[in-house]
Amino acid sequence: MSKAIKIRRGIDIKLVGEAEQKIRNTEPSNVYAVRPDDFFGLTPKLKVKEGEEVKAGTPLFYDKTNEKVVFVSPVSGEVAEVRRGDKRKILEVRILADKEVKHVDFGALAASSSRQEIIDRMLEMGLWPYVKQRPYGIIARPADKPKSIFISAYDSAPLAPSAAFLLKDEKKAFQAGISFLRKLTDGKVYLGVKAGDTFFNDIEGVEKIDISGPHPAGNVGVLIHHTDPINKGEVVWTVGPVSTAIIGRSLTAGKYQSERLVAITGSETREPSFVKSVSGAQIGSLTFGNVKENVNVRYISGNVLTGSKTDPEGFLGFYHNQITLIPEGDKKQFFLTEGWLAPGFSKFSLSKAYPTWLMPGKKYRLDTNLNGEHRAFVVTGELEKVFPFDIYPMQLIKAIMVNDIDAMEKLGIYEVDSEDFALCEFVCTSKIDIQDVVSKGLQDMVKEFASH
Amino acid sequence: MKVVENLLDKIRPNFEKGGKLEKYWPVFDSLETFAFVPDHTTSKGAHVRDAIDMKRTMFLVIVAMVPALLFGIYNTGYQHFAALGMEADFLDMILFGLGKVLPLIVVSYGVGLGVEFIFCIIKSHAINEGFLVSGMLIPLIMPVDMPLWMVAIATAFSVVLVKEVFGGTGMNILNVALTARAFLFFAYPTEMSGNKVWISTEGATTVDGYTGETLLSQAIEKGAAFSDVAGQQYGSIAESFMASFIGFIPGSIGETSTLAILIGAAILLWTGIASWRIILFGILGGAAMGLIFNLVGPSISPDNLYLQVPWWHQLVMGGFMFGVVFMATDPVTASQTQTGKIYYGFLIGMLAILIRVVNPAYPEGIMMAILFMNVMAPTIDHYVVQSNVNRRLKRLKTVKTA
Repeated sequence: MSKAIKIRRGIDIKLVGEAEQKIRNTEPSNVYAVRPDDFFGLTPKLKVKEGEEVKAGTPLFYDKTNEKVVFVSPVSGEVAEVRRGDKRKILEVRILADKEVKHVDFGALAASSSRQEIIDRMLEMGLWPYVKQRPYGIIARPADKPKSIFISAYDSAPLAPSAAFLLKDEKKAFQAGISFLRKLTDGKVYLGVKAGDTFFNDIEGVEKIDISGPHPAGNVGVLIHHTDPINKGEVVWTVGPVSTAIIGRSLTAGKYQSERLVAITGSETREPSFVKSVSGAQIGSLTFGNVKENVNVRYISGNVLTGSKTDPEGFLGFYHNQITLIPEGDKKQFFLTEGWLAPGFSKFSLSKAYPTWLMPGKKYRLDTNLNGEHRAFVVTGELEKVFPFDIYPMQLIKAIMVNDIDAMEKLGIYEVDSEDFALCEFVCTSKIDIQDVVSKGLQDMVKEFASH
Repeated sequence: MKVVENLLDKIRPNFEKGGKLEKYWPVFDSLETFAFVPDHTTSKGAHVRDAIDMKRTMFLVIVAMVPALLFGIYNTGYQHFAALGMEADFLDMILFGLGKVLPLIVVSYGVGLGVEFIFCIIKSHAINEGFLVSGMLIPLIMPVDMPLWMVAIATAFSVVLVKEVFGGTGMNILNVALTARAFLFFAYPTEMSGNKVWISTEGATTVDGYTGETLLSQAIEKGAAFSDVAGQQYGSIAESFMASFIGFIPGSIGETSTLAILIGAAILLWTGIASWRIILFGILGGAAMGLIFNLVGPSISPDNLYLQVPWWHQLVMGGFMFGVVFMATDPVTASQTQTGKIYYGFLIGMLAILIRVVNPAYPEGIMMAILFMNVMAPTIDHYVVQSNVNRRLKRLKTVKTA
């Protein structure tokens, strides 16, 4: 029997440009990159030099705090460039790809392997970073014993592709991934699925949970909070559905294979559809010939709420299977005709101060304008409307702003990740960058408890 | 629009770093962002943002106050001519009201925004929209003949000591407009209370029986046997209820018409800007206190007729509705948790009626009630949040023992 979670607090931002369920052929990317910034809180240490030959599965850098956690090249080729930023921070390790991908052969892992064998092999193959943990939303620590493992196969974010389509040819790999992950915890593996989605019915070894309701219903944090909430001192691990398939496939084959389907979405896409790709592929190669040209376009790896800003020269994020293209909002708006005093029929708002509520089915072409200026918190009660946790969002955010570790802990920071606050940030009248605040808070917590 | 944009672009260099008028950047910035939503795009976090911003929010609050303002202007004229026993048509009343109310609005905005601009220039902060609402609230809660210089002093006092020293909009503890009123109430009580201030008679001869008393002061002596401006007793309590529901009674400019205030409340509630919890529970709290007085009044103190004013009549008298709808709901000074807002609203309602009835020295109980609860709001929130914290700790304990 499966449990069910019904979420009421949230909002579905309806955007133009949902991907059609078809696959568009593209030329493979020439350049790939692995970016340390894709991994929250990571301090990388390089393992390769420019000019070195690598294969798919060769470690490029590792985690300073745990040498065993390595980050591998997704393809074979030559390390073309290590791009650095301020204070020599590593921004990208770029690989110039071969025509044919050569893999490091790690040897197939038997289904009967023990917990430690699975962990060791995942670390060695560079699969470990696919496993994240709560608290803090960082890469899991291999030495921990998680209370349980959570997979949310329902991405409720705007324009997000359905897990059933992403995994349509990968069910075996997904099942294999589940079977391996099951051994990593003494507790359960929870699989959150969209209510009514039958694709996962025959998956074994999981406790299935039906989720319904508006975004952020599909966030793994919501799933955890409503099934088995995290208390101080506890750790749970989270894995994405596509990541699970990649883990299953790679361990079974003994080769690092990060192939995945990527949805190209958003109002500035000519043909919103899917492409086949590998993590770290150059964005321009995936969107080639598929971008409307009359406006400045914001390229986002991921969705409009939590994705990272990029450009055609940028790269697909490690965890991402969606690219969103929306118009930049870099135009001034006269207050009477399009600005704050205009009727605003083309604007989207949760508040009834704009006529969004008159047109419930309408899909919007939203741009990146901030729609206002940064202010101190004034309005109260609006964050709670889109935050389905038994946590006081504004109080927690304020505790983080004043760096009160004790208050953060009491107010429930262990249960949340910045993505859970994405909608709070969206609706905030004072335009506060809430996800950034929460990330800083999580970083402070990690530092505070680094010695533990 | 292009013209305005070009003009702003042309004078902009003067205000930017290194320009002649660099210091006045906040002023330029506020004018520019008023005319144009800036071209700022999202740099981190969510790439798209809700269309709502502070300017639209504050503007809608002002829209919600317009019915009360318009009725206040009309009523100022109506009361004036009624008190003098003169025949006057609608236009006369409006013109008289405008002549009285407009200067108050101009002074309130002029002084308040002036102080705000000075502070923002000194601190080089962006100018906030908060005072747009306070600046309209202040004239609406003043007696009509309030000397303008007093309004100016009160506004300056309130903006500086209640808002700016705490860090500006969003940081204040007390409601700015109400503090201005409280300041005048204690500093210049003769201009702010009593029977002479609510109707502008300008020293002319009034009709026989005219007292100028508000219902609040009538109730102290006569209970619910209310009289109108000309001293005529209302035919029935339903009649006096209707008069004060519609608003043809003496009082502060914007507070008399419950009907106009409820129209404003509907706008605020529909747009979700004001908390329905505060308004609903504020009214419930007032009704409950009034009802308690009605029930126990005749037995414990039969001489005190105020206790016997029906609870539903209490709600339409004085500034109760205006306070609950427009002042208690100020999100910065109210409770910030949803549960807290219920207690906060209810206690404001109860205290307002309690103060009004039990202490005749403060006929306007709602002002004291809201200011007091402004101070108490963080405490309410503390306990609400603490119960959430305890719930989390309890969960941890059950896990440990399990």
